[in-house]
Amino acid sequence: MKDKTWKPWILLSPSLTAVFLLLVIPVCFVIVYSFWLRGPSGQDIPAFQFGNYAKFFEDSFYPSILLSTLRVAFETVILCLVMGYVPAYFFYKTESKLKPFLMILVMLPFWISFIIRTLSWINILGDSGLINHLLIKFGIINSPLAMLYNEGAVIMGLLQYLLPFMILNIYVSLDGIDKSLTEAAKSLGCTEWQAFREVTLPLSLPGVSAGCLLVFVLTCGTYLPPMILGGPGNEMIANLIFKRVIGTLDWPFGSAISTILLLLLMVIVYTYNRYMGINQIFKTLSSES
Amino acid sequence: MKRFFSGWSLIKLYTLVVYVWMFTPIVAVVLLAFNPQQFGSFPMEGFSFKWFVKLSHNSTILDAFKNSLVLGSLTAVFSTAIGVPAAMAFIRYDFRGKDFLNTLLIAPIMIPEVVLGVALLLFIRWLQQPKSFALLLIGHVVLTLPYVLLIVQARLVGIKKEYEEAALSLGANPFQTFMDITLPLLAPAILAGMLFAFTISFDDVTATLFWASAQNQTVPVKIFGMLRNSISPEINALGAVMIVLTVSTPLLAGYLTRRFAKRK
Repeated sequence: MKDKTWKPWILLSPSLTAVFLLLVIPVCFVIVYSFWLRGPSGQDIPAFQFGNYAKFFEDSFYPSILLSTLRVAFETVILCLVMGYVPAYFFYKTESKLKPFLMILVMLPFWISFIIRTLSWINILGDSGLINHLLIKFGIINSPLAMLYNEGAVIMGLLQYLLPFMILNIYVSLDGIDKSLTEAAKSLGCTEWQAFREVTLPLSLPGVSAGCLLVFVLTCGTYLPPMILGGPGNEMIANLIFKRVIGTLDWPFGSAISTILLLLLMVIVYTYNRYMGINQIFKTLSSES
Repeated sequence: MKRFFSGWSLIKLYTLVVYVWMFTPIVAVVLLAFNPQQFGSFPMEGFSFKWFVKLSHNSTILDAFKNSLVLGSLTAVFSTAIGVPAAMAFIRYDFRGKDFLNTLLIAPIMIPEVVLGVALLLFIRWLQQPKSFALLLIGHVVLTLPYVLLIVQARLVGIKKEYEEAALSLGANPFQTFMDITLPLLAPAILAGMLFAFTISFDDVTATLFWASAQNQTVPVKIFGMLRNSISPEINALGAVMIVLTVSTPLLAGYLTRRFAKRK
């Protein structure tokens, strides 16, 4: 039943105007600017040439940052999965009265400032942080271990940020599974582990893949953890864009890098949507409230 | 059966370890805020409120707090004001291009904030407008709109269309129907959307770093600037204040809604 009325369009017009004016058009500007030239005194010269893209791919420095961004994103996804599946499964199975409280605790980090969650790792991993303090106190080491300002520290910060997304995605998916299915499998002679492997695990895969996609995409665009917890060699692509635009005011080159990042993520999201359907992610995001 | 029991214990233990991992750094921030030493690190020697006192005299931080509060509140209001009608359109009507437009409005979640930051700033530059509070506000509205839409839509699906149709058939006009029927039923979701929008705006760093001028700094941007020196107990104190504020707000809101619901 398609109403041919103007009513929905009136209701939609403020949002659509905002998104067109403040998102669609500006993103088009980024793409257009990526073909422009930067003049000798820093002015932008309208042009249509691929020099900015050539510059990105000719020097091995820029592609190496792109590659290390992808590597960090991949590592973060794997670690999030390893750390997130078991707690999500625990929520699904538990009959504890503490469950609502424990669920609120998982949501709690969403309400705590991202920058504070990121910098909190300095207190743990730093030279006089908690871990070094304990290790020295118990005489295990003499001088502090250098745990900060490397890729490991960046990944710690990323996990702190993204783990709740992963846990909730998997939990929402698990929660939709009819518990009688595993009972049926067990009554047919499966062990608990077999029932999990044959029934529960496959049925939870939509949530797993949604969580993985979200974590991957969010990591690719991340700026703060490498900035605060990484060393000079741990820049990611977002840091590069920031430096080019705010630091050296090289808008055309910054736009070209932004376009490359955007294209990359669009390919990933498009491929995912093709096979899995993007709705899974939105389902979890809306259940966060 | 015995094997399953040990497996289940392992799952519980694993979950506990993940919790400890998740909350140790956050607890450390709060604890170290009370460390009287100059450097905010372990071991803690004593217990003092001096960094909180120092913080309360820091006028740039207080200004940033004020900016963040105003910005977050306005973002919440504008974002729900345009998001709620859009959610109504998507759930209550059927029209051409609906799925595409819904995806378009939710897409900003998947676009990196750096790209959004560059894009809007570039646009403003092209229009030859200076950075301003208005830029921050419209930017934050775009950032938060998808979340408001998702939350309000999810709730709206659960509100039966028949209630509205009944009111309409009894002679109420569409506006009255919305105010008397839909709005009260939707209120919890609107409140949740506003809270979400407020927190996202209050919390945002990356895009805000692009859009904020020197006069419009927010608390996270200020913290980011303070971090350039090194982590001081003052940052931990500020962190502790932020944690208490942002965690207690939704808990309080949840408690209040439940109380009001009971009274009715």
